[in-house]
Amino acid sequence: MTIVEPERVTALTTKLARRRGIPRRRAGLAGYLFVSGYTILLLVFGIIPTGYAVYLAFTNDQGQFTGLNQFIKVAQDYRFGPAFVNIFIYLVMWLVLVIVLTTLVAVILRARMKPGLAAVFRFLYYIPGALAGVASVLVWLFMLDPAVSPASGLLRALGFDNFSQVLAPENLPVILVLIAFWTGAGGWIVVMYGALNNIPEEVLEAARMDGAGPWQSAWHIQIPMIRKWIVYQSILAFAAGTQLFVEPQLLQTASLGRVSPTWAPNQLAYVFAFQHGDFNGAAALSIFLLALGLIVATILVTRSGLFKVDDE
Amino acid sequence: MKSPLLTSRRKATGALALVTVGLLAALTGCASAASTGGSTSATAFKPVTQSASSEITVWADSTRLPAVQAYQKSHPNVKMNIVTYDGSADGSTYLQTKVQLFDRTGKGWPDLVFASPTDVTWASQPTSKGAVPFAAPLDSGKLVPQATLDNFAKGSLSACQFNGNTYCLRNDIAQVVLWYNKTLMDQWGYTVPTTWEQYEALGQKVATEHPGYLVGAVGDTNSQESYFWSSQCPAQQLQKDGSLQVNLQAKDCTRMASLLDTLISAKSVSTQGFFTQGFDGSKVLMANGPSWYGQYLFNSAFKTPAGQIAAANPLTWAGESTAATGNVGGGVWMVSSHSKNLKAATAVATWLTTSDANLTNAPTYPAYSPGAKSWLANPANKDYFATDISGPFQKAADEVWTGWSNTKFSDATAWSSVVLPGLTAGKSLTDLLPAWQTAIVNEAKSVGYTVTTK
Repeated sequence: MTIVEPERVTALTTKLARRRGIPRRRAGLAGYLFVSGYTILLLVFGIIPTGYAVYLAFTNDQGQFTGLNQFIKVAQDYRFGPAFVNIFIYLVMWLVLVIVLTTLVAVILRARMKPGLAAVFRFLYYIPGALAGVASVLVWLFMLDPAVSPASGLLRALGFDNFSQVLAPENLPVILVLIAFWTGAGGWIVVMYGALNNIPEEVLEAARMDGAGPWQSAWHIQIPMIRKWIVYQSILAFAAGTQLFVEPQLLQTASLGRVSPTWAPNQLAYVFAFQHGDFNGAAALSIFLLALGLIVATILVTRSGLFKVDDE
Repeated sequence: MKSPLLTSRRKATGALALVTVGLLAALTGCASAASTGGSTSATAFKPVTQSASSEITVWADSTRLPAVQAYQKSHPNVKMNIVTYDGSADGSTYLQTKVQLFDRTGKGWPDLVFASPTDVTWASQPTSKGAVPFAAPLDSGKLVPQATLDNFAKGSLSACQFNGNTYCLRNDIAQVVLWYNKTLMDQWGYTVPTTWEQYEALGQKVATEHPGYLVGAVGDTNSQESYFWSSQCPAQQLQKDGSLQVNLQAKDCTRMASLLDTLISAKSVSTQGFFTQGFDGSKVLMANGPSWYGQYLFNSAFKTPAGQIAAANPLTWAGESTAATGNVGGGVWMVSSHSKNLKAATAVATWLTTSDANLTNAPTYPAYSPGAKSWLANPANKDYFATDISGPFQKAADEVWTGWSNTKFSDATAWSSVVLPGLTAGKSLTDLLPAWQTAIVNEAKSVGYTVTTK
């Protein structure tokens, strides 16, 4: 073989470097330094709390080991079923909408618009995402109240004469998806646009020369080539969706209780912890959500080969 | 070549399944997951080490804030840290949430809080094993003399009493009276109803003669207290044995449900709340509601001009001799058992709830009877109204039905999240009674009550 493989070259240079007495640790140290900030935060606000939740979920308030009893207890609670049904309906709508629409918008921005105009639109889409969750809910509280909404004509045309009619239980998933999409889609459009930019121009040109129109290249070339980004988006959007809390909680307060205080599982966990004083039950609920997120992520990762390194 | 691999894999799967089953079997047979908090074992109250110079933190809602500030002004030597919060209104659990956290961290409790009566149900008991109940028993250790407690309006302290101790001082009562617009009633030649039957008849008359005008609204978080409490409906009645009776099919509930259904379909009772954004107050002819409706609904929210609104005695049912009315809110003051300065905190609570200096100008009707007299003697509390409200207010204060118990859960949740959306969707109250019943029963059971439905 005459072609020198890149790995060998690196190995060789490191060997040489070591022989020359250059400390190899320096490079490693900088790396550790760079990840340390994240690692510490991950430990303090991610790993340790998760561990604590696992501990709480398997014990009672006297620290005795309870096995699965906490899980059985919360699953038998009368609010458990409705909360998970609510979040399921919400998730289906939210995932379909966010994945299909953000990809579609990104493809249109990439293929059908001049780069300058596309940048303007990307910025516009991104603005709502810059608002905090609370602020965006407040914006929608105004938008959806026929008494004050700038779109009150539209609301009334749809048969909603007052805010309570808008907040009917069957409308809640739609309202929450609207809020989530409005705040979250902009960020994903930017990410997807970036992913589309990674596709080499030659590939698209080859497609064009073979007679593919913009829709054909989108469907057969662009979308398959950004599949991994879509999977990545699905995992994150799913995890964020199951953890829905701020939006229904604020709607509950703002509607003076017309929305159930345990609409989403996370709210139920909150009620368990802070009204019943049952932190163990709350932890068990949070483990349910964690397990759900992990299962979906595992399926998506293994089925899509998300982390498989291309060996070309 | 492939078969050995497959069998070994199968074996591994089998072993894994066995281990899982074994583990599950082991896991399910363990200690109970039940929370031990809220046990009623009453241990004698032991104050923490006291310090007369210690600063006291007072949490009050925005309505009560000026009174606390007035105390600070007249007692400049007392070191106070005054904090505004939602005051547990509309079923808020902010205080409970915070106390749960303070109990876990072992510090941070306010010394004195304004709260809702519902809060006393959990604050009088430990939130978990080993925790000290948040509220200090005010009658033990003579923090508040018995003579003072005896002067509160009849039954108004029952919300504060648990296990033979008094855990709070009642700030105000919110007895339900019949509010009406005297100017409109006179103009249209209507007489003020004295019974529910007359009220219903007048409601139907208004619907035909003056469509658009209202004799009531049921869409607020507390409308059930104005109507169903007044009707003596056993929606949440604590029994002597500690169980909770929830029976919405009782005659006392169904009669109110059908009365309201009639008026809702006639469109003279709104399914919107009086406090809904954009509610047109000029269309309100009558409102069965608490004593604070006068200032807070008609004067502040509706901006009805002075001299139009009047109050009448609570409505009764034809043929019933016992008059009964509802109660919508009315706050309490609780002193923290963790306070380093119980004396100062109790002094503030006593001043706020019993002193003429504060009560004469109090925003709401005082629960302390001598204070209520001074309140009614103050023309500023009455000159907004078309007639003297003293009579109806005093009568209603003594007629509050005691069968609507102060429970560990707020009665606002089931009403607002189950009944009100149903009404908005066009269902009738009578149809919604079973769903409401289920919601109350579920909620009651989840906080540990034994429920009877007969």
